Amino acid sequence: MDDDLIIGGEKFSSRLIMGTGGAPSLEVLDQALVASGTELTTVAMRRLDPASRGSVLDVLRARGIKVLPNTAGCFTAGEAVLTARLAREALETNWVKLEVISDERTLLPDPIETFDAAERLVADGFVVLPYIGDDPALARRLEQAGCAAVMPLGAPIGSGLGIRNPHNIELIVEAAGVPVILDAGIGTASDAALAMELGCDAVLLATAVTRAQRPDLMAEAMRAAVRAGRAARLAGRIPRRRYAEASSPTHP
Amino acid sequence: MHHPAVSAISHEVMAAPASSYDVLLVGGGLVGLATAWRAARRGLRVAVVDPAPASAAAASHAAAGMLAPISEVTYTEEPLLRLGLASLERWPAFAAELAADSGHDLDYRTDGTLEVAFGSDDLAALDELAGFMEKLGLPVERLTGRECRRLEPMLAPAVRGGLLAPGDAWVDPRRVTRALLAALERRGVTMVPARAAGLERSGEAVVGVRLAPAGEAPGGGTPSGTTGGGTPSGTPSGDASDGISPGGTTDGGSPGEAPSGRVLFAERVILAAGAWSGAARWLPPEVLPPVRPVKGQIMRLRSPEPVLRHCVRGMVHGSYVYLVPRGDGELVLGATQEELGFDTRVTAGGLWELLRDARELVPGVTELEVADVVAGLRPGTPDNLPLIGPTVLPGLSLATGHHRGGVLLTPITTALLMNEAGDDEGLAALCSPLRFQEQR
Repeated sequence: MDDDLIIGGEKFSSRLIMGTGGAPSLEVLDQALVASGTELTTVAMRRLDPASRGSVLDVLRARGIKVLPNTAGCFTAGEAVLTARLAREALETNWVKLEVISDERTLLPDPIETFDAAERLVADGFVVLPYIGDDPALARRLEQAGCAAVMPLGAPIGSGLGIRNPHNIELIVEAAGVPVILDAGIGTASDAALAMELGCDAVLLATAVTRAQRPDLMAEAMRAAVRAGRAARLAGRIPRRRYAEASSPTHP
Repeated sequence: MHHPAVSAISHEVMAAPASSYDVLLVGGGLVGLATAWRAARRGLRVAVVDPAPASAAAASHAAAGMLAPISEVTYTEEPLLRLGLASLERWPAFAAELAADSGHDLDYRTDGTLEVAFGSDDLAALDELAGFMEKLGLPVERLTGRECRRLEPMLAPAVRGGLLAPGDAWVDPRRVTRALLAALERRGVTMVPARAAGLERSGEAVVGVRLAPAGEAPGGGTPSGTTGGGTPSGTPSGDASDGISPGGTTDGGSPGEAPSGRVLFAERVILAAGAWSGAARWLPPEVLPPVRPVKGQIMRLRSPEPVLRHCVRGMVHGSYVYLVPRGDGELVLGATQEELGFDTRVTAGGLWELLRDARELVPGVTELEVADVVAGLRPGTPDNLPLIGPTVLPGLSLATGHHRGGVLLTPITTALLMNEAGDDEGLAALCSPLRFQEQR
């Protein structure tokens, strides 16, 4: 089935985007990335020297996985724009996952700083993928501002709480003209499948895999779940009914 | 630190025309010095090549010295646990013999690690960890918040619960390296204050090490003047590799090129250059280990009376911090983990994170005097396991890649290198540098 994900004009056959945070070792991360089948993986630019050898970037390069730098750890639009520019220079990519958090306890995204940074980065020629709350109005505004995708959360980063407001995710999907990527909150495979069934174009996750007891096996589960959820979305689910309907009717 | 005797010995050796040893260590950090000491104890002729042995650039200078394989166990790392337990078992004898050989006190302590949790999320994570430890058969004891505070009254009232790993221990790594230097001097080990610049080969076999000529070494050949690690200024500049110096390695020249320096011959050459091992470009590519520097910042605080009796490790809102008490009232807070190449700058953010989390655990820490802040470079490997043992080149072994566990893993490292480990658990295979060979 030819069903590519297209972001900013670039095609991906995998709809699972990975993060690298929380992996116990580079080898475990490498195995998990391979098992996930991902073609796009996000890397935090703080605390990383792109020039040094043997880093997580080398793991991605060796596997031919596209690097999506992110601005994790930034609290202001100013920091995020600066981090994105440094990443563009160091990694020679104009893609950025924009992440501006509002506080350290929840790591929830700050909508105002995020919008501010998104406008500036779009004007500067970046392909911007902003991480946002599950807010349909903000998602629409960011699309209008020229973002290449929107990335609403299912639940706070690393919480593994799944998709807390599926209705809002559906509303975002309904209105969006750019890809919707469910980012953050995935705890297990059924969460990822649900995101795709709700109509998301892709899922981004890290902790659910890197902190699992067997990261490679969980990565495999996520890969299958994203595929299953996507297929179910395309196939079209049956309407929910209150009462039974015989699956083998007595007369055809 | 002053080592007049060491420089006296070195001077004598530098004057000699040629030298031959049984074992030659490249790198005078904790692992290199300890290996030299164990070899010398067996009556072997040993030399250590390092422009500044046991300098402030060595990872052990910035290490807390936790010997805590039990409380630090994580998913996917059971092999590292086995190695750590095997080394922990060797520490009491190692410490006793080193203390006897050097006449130094190592501040070796065996009161266990207390791991504590705050908030229900951290407690749930600790419960899961306890389940994992029990499954592995590790001796840990579950404690309530009040039991934790009975053991350590300075802990914050908000502590919800904890785990005591009574088998864990700790030691002062700076005392250990000082003791090793003293023991090496007593055992007549030759300290060669120079950099390695190439391998001396006889066919396939490695028969010695070519030294960089004095004065041509990066940094002007007086590295003892540099402090703080990788580069003289500690900046992560693009040409960081030019300043790569500690650990007795230099990136100048490649094997086979005009031998300009003196050669030290040895039956066995062991590379123990820590975080710089992977940047030793004078090594043939087939034996260059996949080692990268992983930066860690720590802070040393001082109090008139010891604040804690146990090593305390805590998860605070998802991130780990540890507090290690020394006998003299010093308290070590650590440590960050940063992938920034050879950068060894101490940063405001790094120290703030340490203090923020440590104060949650022990509110009193902010009353203490700051004695020292330092950043070191751990030698990280792709699988977090060290590289110990023979390479594909006869005569050349590695002892590097110890990452966060260099102090803990020192006794098992020397035992594996000296074939004293037995091979009850396949530890030699686990650490073999050959495991990365097929990936080249």
